Order: sequence, then structure tokens, then C-alpha cells
Amino acid sequence: MIFVSYCLNMQKVIETDIKCYHCGEPCVDEIIRVGEKQFCCEGCKLVYEILNENNLCTYYNFNETPGISPSKKNVDKRFAYLDEASVKSKLLQFSDGNTASLTFFIPQMHCSSCIWLLENLNRINDSILRSRVDFMRKEVQIFYKENTFSLRKLVELLSTIGYEPQINLDDLEKNKKQKKDRSAVYRIGVAGFCFGNIMLFSFPGYFSLADSTEKHYGNVFNYLNLVLSLPVLFYCSAPFFRFAFQSLKQKFLNIDVPIALGIFIMFVRSSYEIISATGAGYMDTMAGLTFFMLLGRQFQNKTYDTLSFDRDYKSFFPISVMVKRNGSETSIPVSDIKVGERIIIRNEELIPADSILIKGEASIDYSFVTGESASVYKKAGELLYAGGKQKGPAIEMEVVKQVEQSYLTQLWNNDAYVKKQTQSGFQQLVNRISHYFTIVILGIALASLAYWIYFGHPEIGWNAFTAVLIIACPCALAISSPFTLGNILRIFGRNKFYLKNYAVIEKLAKADSIVFDKTGTLTTNDRSDVAFHGELSENNKYLISSATFHSYHPLSRMIYEQTKGERRGKVSDYTEFSGKGYLVVVDGLIIKIGSASFVKGKTSMGDETEVHISVSDNYLGYFSFKNVYRPGVDAMIASLRNEKYSLYVISGDHAGEMGKLKALCGEDSMILFEQTPADKLTFIQDLQKHGKNVLMIGDGLNDAGALRQADVGISVADNVNNFSPACDAIIDAQKLKSLSNILNVSKASKKIIYGSFIIALIYNAFGLYFAVRGELSPLFAAILMPISSVTIISFTTLLSKWMGRNRNE
Amino acid sequence: MSIIFLLILFSLILAIAFLFAFIWSVKDGQFDDNYTPSVRILFDDEKQNNLNTKEEL
Repeated sequence: MIFVSYCLNMQKVIETDIKCYHCGEPCVDEIIRVGEKQFCCEGCKLVYEILNENNLCTYYNFNETPGISPSKKNVDKRFAYLDEASVKSKLLQFSDGNTASLTFFIPQMHCSSCIWLLENLNRINDSILRSRVDFMRKEVQIFYKENTFSLRKLVELLSTIGYEPQINLDDLEKNKKQKKDRSAVYRIGVAGFCFGNIMLFSFPGYFSLADSTEKHYGNVFNYLNLVLSLPVLFYCSAPFFRFAFQSLKQKFLNIDVPIALGIFIMFVRSSYEIISATGAGYMDTMAGLTFFMLLGRQFQNKTYDTLSFDRDYKSFFPISVMVKRNGSETSIPVSDIKVGERIIIRNEELIPADSILIKGEASIDYSFVTGESASVYKKAGELLYAGGKQKGPAIEMEVVKQVEQSYLTQLWNNDAYVKKQTQSGFQQLVNRISHYFTIVILGIALASLAYWIYFGHPEIGWNAFTAVLIIACPCALAISSPFTLGNILRIFGRNKFYLKNYAVIEKLAKADSIVFDKTGTLTTNDRSDVAFHGELSENNKYLISSATFHSYHPLSRMIYEQTKGERRGKVSDYTEFSGKGYLVVVDGLIIKIGSASFVKGKTSMGDETEVHISVSDNYLGYFSFKNVYRPGVDAMIASLRNEKYSLYVISGDHAGEMGKLKALCGEDSMILFEQTPADKLTFIQDLQKHGKNVLMIGDGLNDAGALRQADVGISVADNVNNFSPACDAIIDAQKLKSLSNILNVSKASKKIIYGSFIIALIYNAFGLYFAVRGELSPLFAAILMPISSVTIISFTTLLSKWMGRNRNE
Repeated sequence: MSIIFLLILFSLILAIAFLFAFIWSVKDGQFDDNYTPSVRILFDDEKQNNLNTKEEL
């Protein structure tokens, strides 16, 4: 046993990637050992020790590395404001001097271990009485003893174990006013109650017992049904009537009109029969219809909510931000940013979350948020809101509010960037169909009623009339499109392909020409061989690294990695010339970095990507980068050629790669070099003039205009924060090779939606056939209708899930 | 057979009582969170295991 564990230990030493036992992050800078366990930092180790002391190590049993690395910032003074009475009164929900309670929003909780730990807080500190988690809302309600434990200490405790709550005093005002709307649940409850009881009281009617025994018993039951149907009509079906009226006012017939009509007619007809003692009426059908329709709607709403929740919290929003951690600077995805961290935003980078400016001169362009492109100057200590773009040298900020992906997506969908039409073609088709559908159904219903009355069977006529109104449901048409597209959106999000909205899927399916940018899209900027041709003194390295630090261009970042040192110079000016280069003033010296024509005045003839440098107009030399293509690109392009897409590559670089690209994309594809951003834009316009549907893929740096002009613009994110709102989708660079799969999935989704349309139509046709002949009892129709909705939803959901699994890794 | 009226009355009263219980529990917020209870139910009752989970450091 000892020998075996010795071998296992040896194996661990050989492994280059040691993962922290608590949070699962690789232990890069330091490895702290406790017994047999490794931790990546003091914070993680501290959490482990706290849990261990209080017998809470079951935390680690539910999930692998469930921990969250606590914020590196010291807790000491940060929460001092929680000692103030005014703040406490805003936050506490209840307080009587002894016990207090409040609800925290802790978005970091992500698994059952988190739930378990947060509900067992009372074991860490006796003053905590109990706590209850609402996982979907990421909230925990804590009851604690006020007199022995302060609010500040509670928050400090939570922060130390990695679950720092997000406290925003402004938001609280809004939240308190939002009362929960549970009326849908009440309506379902009441409808179910009435439906069940009406059916029970209809038993004598079903079995014709009332006829054989005494007549007036039968009447009692009927009147009971009548009474029970009143709440159904006035309370439970009220939403249907309301929506039907609203749509009628706008001279439009939506799907609620036939339903409302059906319910109303059934009520009137049944009451007439009961009061005039000519029959039992259809109260059971009416109540059943209402009950099942309400259930169907509720199911729909819940599924929508899950889809949008997924999109907000689980979808990958592929923007990275440079953050200062453990004394060094690293790039992390936006979703990993913690409140209190220091982030660095460079020229043209997006501010992902509300932060306070710490260092640097901020000139923020809020056009993304407000539509106005005039830059706003901010001083240190001022609050900068999410969505702004920095124009100028790099600035350092401290995050004060968690990143809200939904807010950023909302900005993205903002009017200022809306292209042509955003409503999906499907949606418009569905609206048109629904409108005509309803008219046709009403016509058929009236026609069958007239037919049966004419032939002397009015009861069958009324049966047929109500059955037709109920069974013909365009709701299947209305829900199949958003459900399928919503599911696809979610699948894409999980596979690191983030779309702006549903309509993009349809556009992806329509594309027939694909235009690629070269640098940064097809080529990767990670692993190029960088070489400098010229003299590189220490002083020059210092100047170059100080200058390149402020640019987010991937080539600049690589130069920075090569030349960085201990210090950075003071930068007093930073100007970027799109497509050419940039000019930085470091310690008073003018440094030009960019293409040969920008720095030297003449174009270069080399066949590698070059970045030239000059200091105070003295030419220093240039960095050369070998083009390294992303893995999987050749396979991806080959499969795109198979699918008969027209492929184009446009690049701002010189023509060195022409041969390679021609071999890759085919002899007949067009490869253009030395293209300025304006050239790229006109190229796309030309293609569109020739009737092509263009999909453009770029990295958003020099092709923002082209991305916007294309029918679909996809920007490739590679550890960079260069979010271009003109694009329709963002794809993680690693997943670019799945492009062919993505396009296939989009095309297949179209087929799924058409498939469900057809199923809905077939179902309607069958149902109508029987209804018109009077052979369909309205009760049966009432049950069938929501079943059809549920079948369609399941069909589209399962099929899109299966398809997503098949085509993606 | 006229006892049937009394029976109907009682059954209705009982059913309405259940309806009110339902409405009351929804109002109280018991049905708001239908995900966390599904996770919570799988947690062990720790009282017996107290002495056993402390690991050797």
C-alpha cells in the first residue's frame, strides 16, 4: 500500500498541471501543501482549514473541486460601511434587536456543494441560526443573532470562504417593490378545483342515472355545475378574454380569439340548457379546456425562463479581460471577474462591469450604451459604467459590480446596431399564418354549424361548432419556432458560440458565401515564431514594451510578451491608425509601431507578417511573425468546399500567403491582400450586389465595418476584449474549426421547424375532419389540444438536442 | 336518498378547504423555488457523522 501510494505521489510530482484541491485551478505560481492536498493560494487553503475545523469537509464530496477561490483583496476595511445604521436598515429584511434576517445575492454559487455549505453556515459560527438557499435566483436568506454577530462580520465570513455577496444598495430599492406575480398558479389551482368537481357532479349525467331516478336530483347537479363554472369563466379564463379583446381592437386575430370564443359559447349554451332544463350542458368541457390551456401556457413560460436563465448564467460570453492577480497580469474570461479585482482596459476595449477608475487617463466612448460617440473624460475615483469603450492609453480600474451578461447582450441588441430586420423570417411567417388560420377556422366552424342546423340536427351542430373552435390550434405553429431556436441558441452557447438573438440562426442557414479575414481569424496569434531584425538594446526593449502594453492588437501583445521587463514607462499619448499602426509617446519619446509603409514610408516585400518600430523617427528594425494556421482550419475549409460554399479570404497583410491559401480554398476562390478596412467593406457590398448572401468572419479589429455590412458577421474571440457590436455572433477561437458543423445545425433547425409546422397541420386536418362531422366530443378536443402543444414542444426540443449532440463534440 | 344533498354539501366544503390551503401555501411562497428542494433532499443528516468527518491533517 505504501509502495503504491509512493508511486502515485511520484506521478503527481511528474504531472505539470497540479490542480488546487479546493477550486480546481492549476497551481501556477505557488503550491501550498496541507498533508496530501495541494492548494493554489492561501485563500483556498484557508477555506479548506475553516471547513475542516468545523467538520464540513462533506462539501468536497458532492462535486469535484467545488470551491471558489476567494477574492485576493483583504477583507479588513472593505466592509466597514456595513456598520452604519442607515445601510443596515436598507439591507435587513427583519430585525428585532436579537435576531435579524436578510437575503444576499451570491451569483458564485454553481453546484450542490455550494447549496450544502451555504445552508450549513450555522456550523461555522454559532451566531448564524439558519440559512436557506434559492438556487435559481442565486439567493440565500440568513437568520443570525444581531447582538452577538454584526452584519459586517457575516459578510466578511462569506467573503473569506469564497461566497462574497454582491451588495448593491440601489438595486435593493427596485427589488423590494417587485411583488411576485403568482396569479397564473392561482388560476390553475382554481380551474383544476372546478374542473374536477364539475366532472364529479356530471357523473350522474354521464351514466344517465338522473333520468332513471328522480328528475330534480339531476337538476341539482346541473345547477352545481353552473355555479362552479362561474369562477372559471370570470377568473380563470380572464387572460384569454383580455388578450382576445386587445387583438380585436388592433383588427388582428390572434390565437386567443377562437379560444375565448369557444369558452364563451360553451358557457352561454350550457347555461341556457341548464336553466331551461333541456340538457346538462358542457360545463365539464369548458372547465377542462380552461384548465389544460392554462397548464400549457405555464409550461411554455417556464421553458422560456429556463432558456433565458441559461443564456445569462451558463452561456459563454467570450470576451476576455486583463486582470491583475497575484502580482502578475493575466487574461481571464469576463464571467470570472470578481468584485474588487483590478482590471486593465486598453484602447478600444470594452468595460465589462461597473468599475472605479484607479490609474490612467480615461476617455470613455459610451456610444454602445447611449448612441453618442463623444468621449467622456473621467478622473481617478470616478465610476465608469459597463458598456463604455476606452479611447487612449491603458487604464486600471477596480470592479465594483458583477458582470451582467444579460445587460451586455441587451446593449448588443440595441437599436443603434440593428441591421435591416431583426424579426426572424419564421416569426413573420407564423404571424401571417396565425392570422389567416383563425379566420379560416371561424369560417369552418360557422359553416359546419349552419350545415347541421340546415339538416335538422342542431345539437350536433353546436357540438361541431365548439369542437372545431377548440381542436384547431395554431398555437403549435406559434411555439415551435421560438422553442427550436431557443434550444439551438442554448446549445450553441454551451459550445462557445454566442449569438445575438434567434434571428441570427436563420441568417446562418441562408448564407452561401463565406469571407474570411486572415490575420487573427485563420491564423492564430499565440504560437507564432517572433524574431526581431535589428538592434534591440535594453532601453529599446523597455520603450517598446511600454508602448505595446497599451494596444490590444494580438501582434502587439506578442511583442509585449517578448520585450516586457520590470518597469514600464510613462505614456502621455496614444493614437491608433486603423489598419496601419499606432503612435505612442513614452517618457517624452515618440514611438511608431506598425506596417512598413506607416513607419518607414515604403512597403515591404517580405513574405512574413512584419511589425516595424521607430523611436523619435529613428528606424530600429522590425519584428517578423510566421503565419501559423489554427489547428483544424484545413479540415473545416475542406468540408465547407464540400458543401458548395463560395470561399473568399481578404487580408490587410501582403501577398506572401497567396499560394498556401489558394491551395486551401481552391483555385477558383478569390484571395485578396493589402485590403484596407474600407476595401473590405466594399468587397462585401460588391458580393451582395451580385445577389450573394454573405457570411463574414473576422476578429473585429480592422473589419468592423465589413462585419456590419455582411448579412451575418461572426467575430472570433481569442483571449481578447475587442467586442465589436456590429457582429451578430461571437465564436471562441478554439471552436472556429466547428464552423461547418454550426452551419449544418442552423440549416437543420430550419428543417425541424418546418417539420413541426407540418405535424401541426396534419394534426389539425385530422381533428377538423372528425369535428366537422360532429364525431368529436368537445371534451376530447379540449384534452387533445394541449397534448398537441406538448408533443410539438417535445418533438422540437428532443430533436434539436439530439442534433446538437451529434454535430458538436 | 335525500341524504345525498348533505353529502354533496360536506364534500364541497372539504374540497374548498383544500383549495384555500393550496392558495395559502402558494401565497406563503412555498412553491416559488422548485429546484433547490430537489437538491436539498439528497443531503445527508449530519448529526450522526459528526465525529467521523474530521480528516487527519
